Amino acid sequence: MAILDKHKILETNATLLLIFSFLVVTIGGLVQITPLFYLENTIEKVEGMRPYTPLEMAGRDIYIREGCYTCHSQMIRPMRDEVERYGHYSLAAESMYDHPHQWGSKRTGPDLARVGGRYSDQWQVDHLRNPQSVVPESVMPKYGFLEHRKIDGKYIGDVMAANALVGTPYTDEMLENAQADFRAQADPDSDYDGLLERYGEKVNVRNFDGQPELTEADALVAYLQMLGTLVDFSTFTPDASR
Amino acid sequence: MSKTPDKQPGDPNTTGHSWDGIEEFDNPMPRWWLWTFYATIIWAVIYTILYPAWPLVHSATAGVLGWSSRELVQQDMIAFEEANAPLNAKLVETSLDDVAKDAELQQYAVNAGGAVFRTWCAQCHGSGAQGAPGFPNLLDDAWLWGGTLEDIEYTIAHGIRNEESDDARYSEMPAFGEILEHDEITQVVQYVMSLTNAQTDDAAAQAGKVVFEDNCSSCHGEDGKGDVTQGAPNLTDAIWLFGGSEEALTETVTNSRFGVMPAWETRLTDAQVRAVSAYVHQLGGGQ
Repeated sequence: MAILDKHKILETNATLLLIFSFLVVTIGGLVQITPLFYLENTIEKVEGMRPYTPLEMAGRDIYIREGCYTCHSQMIRPMRDEVERYGHYSLAAESMYDHPHQWGSKRTGPDLARVGGRYSDQWQVDHLRNPQSVVPESVMPKYGFLEHRKIDGKYIGDVMAANALVGTPYTDEMLENAQADFRAQADPDSDYDGLLERYGEKVNVRNFDGQPELTEADALVAYLQMLGTLVDFSTFTPDASR
Repeated sequence: MSKTPDKQPGDPNTTGHSWDGIEEFDNPMPRWWLWTFYATIIWAVIYTILYPAWPLVHSATAGVLGWSSRELVQQDMIAFEEANAPLNAKLVETSLDDVAKDAELQQYAVNAGGAVFRTWCAQCHGSGAQGAPGFPNLLDDAWLWGGTLEDIEYTIAHGIRNEESDDARYSEMPAFGEILEHDEITQVVQYVMSLTNAQTDDAAAQAGKVVFEDNCSSCHGEDGKGDVTQGAPNLTDAIWLFGGSEEALTETVTNSRFGVMPAWETRLTDAQVRAVSAYVHQLGGGQ
C-alpha cells in the first residue's frame, strides 16, 4: 500500500508531523463544532427571551463571583423526576444570552434553572443571610454580607457592552440607560417606565432585599427571581427530533 | 560490545524499521483484541443508523429508532398521569372528610401529598413540616387560619396575603409603633408575656392589660386566645411564629408582621391541592 509507505516521511520529519497532526485535529474539531452553527434545531425559536436587565446582569456576575455554579446547576434534564420537581426541561434558547452559560455540572444544592418566582423575595433574603434558618439540613454557606455591600451600577454599562460584543442584542438605548435602569429596577417608587419599555412588561420592579440602599443582595435576588421565567411556554411546541 | 544476531531461526518477521540498529518484530495483534476492535467499529456504524447522529444540511439524522429524549420524558409523564388518573379523579370528586374514610384513597392522597409537600412546601415549612421562624409549624395543634381539612385546603389553594389570588386569606395587624406610645408598647409586651407565665414586670403587665383590651382584643380576643377567622394567633399557648422574647414581641407590636403564602391553585392541579391538604391534616395537628 503506497500511501502507508509514505507515512515514513511524516514519522521522520518533526515539522511535517506537527503540521499534519494539527490538520487532523482541526478537521476533527470542525466536524464536531461547525454543524452546531447552522443546524436549525440547535437553538429553537421561543417567545419571551430577552437580554438581562442591568440589575439582573449584576446579580449574575455576583452569582458567578461567589461560585454558586459549583453547587447549583441551571439545567433541568428531560427526565420525569427532574421535570416533576423543577418544571419544564431547560431549552438551549434559555441560555442564549449567557456568556458563559451557567449549566453547571454538580448539584450539591438544587437546580436553579426555574427558581424565579418560586419563593418570595423575603425568603430569598432570609435564605441568603442564613440558609439553615429556613432549610435546617442545608450545607450552604451564609451570604448575609451581600446585604451590606452597596452597589451603584457604575460599570454595568461596560459589562453590557462587552456582552453586546459577543452577540447579546443590547440596543444603544439599553446601553445608554444602563445605570438608570439599574437603579430603577430596585426602586418601585422610581420612574421605571423606560425600563419596562426596553426590557418588557414582565420585568420585576421591587425593592428585592427590603432595605433602602441598593445592595448586592438586591441584584442577586433580582437575578434569581428572573431565572426560568422568560420563556412563554404557552406558545412553545417541542421539536421532537432532539 | 558484540553484536547480537538480529534474527534467530523461527522468529517472526521484523517490521523493517531500524533505529540505531534496533529492529522490531512484527508480531500480530492478539486475535481477541483485533476482533473486539472491529466489533466496536461495526457497532459505531449501527449506532449512528439507529440513533440521532450525523449532521446534515438542516438537521441531524434522526435515527431509524426515532429515539428522542423529549418524547421519552413526555411518554413517561403521560404514563404516570394515566395510571393515577382514576385516583386523581376520585380524589377531586370525594369530599375531603370522606377521603379519610377510604383507606386506599387516603393512602394515595397522603403519599402524593407528601411528594407535593417536599417539592413545594418544604422550603418554608421545613422538610418535616416543623416550620421555621416566620413559617408556621404544621405538626402542632395551633392553627392561624383553622386546622380542619376544609380550612387547610382553602389556605393552600388561595394562600395568605398574596397578590395572586383575590380569595387569599387576608388580615393585617397595624404597626402599633405609629399608634401607641413607647411606654404603652413596653407595657402591652409585658402583658402578652405574662399570658404564657413568662418572667414579667407585674406593674407594667397590669398596665398593659388595659392597653391590650383597648387595642388588641378585637382580633386576639379578650382572653388573648386569638381568632382563626382573622388569622390572629393565640397568644396564650407559648407558640411563637416570630419569637416570644421581649425583643421579638416589641418588634412585632411596633412594626407588625406580614407573613405571605402563595396561592397554590394556579401552580398545582386540584388533585395535588387535595392530596397535600390530606397530607398536612394527618401530620398531627389536624382538627
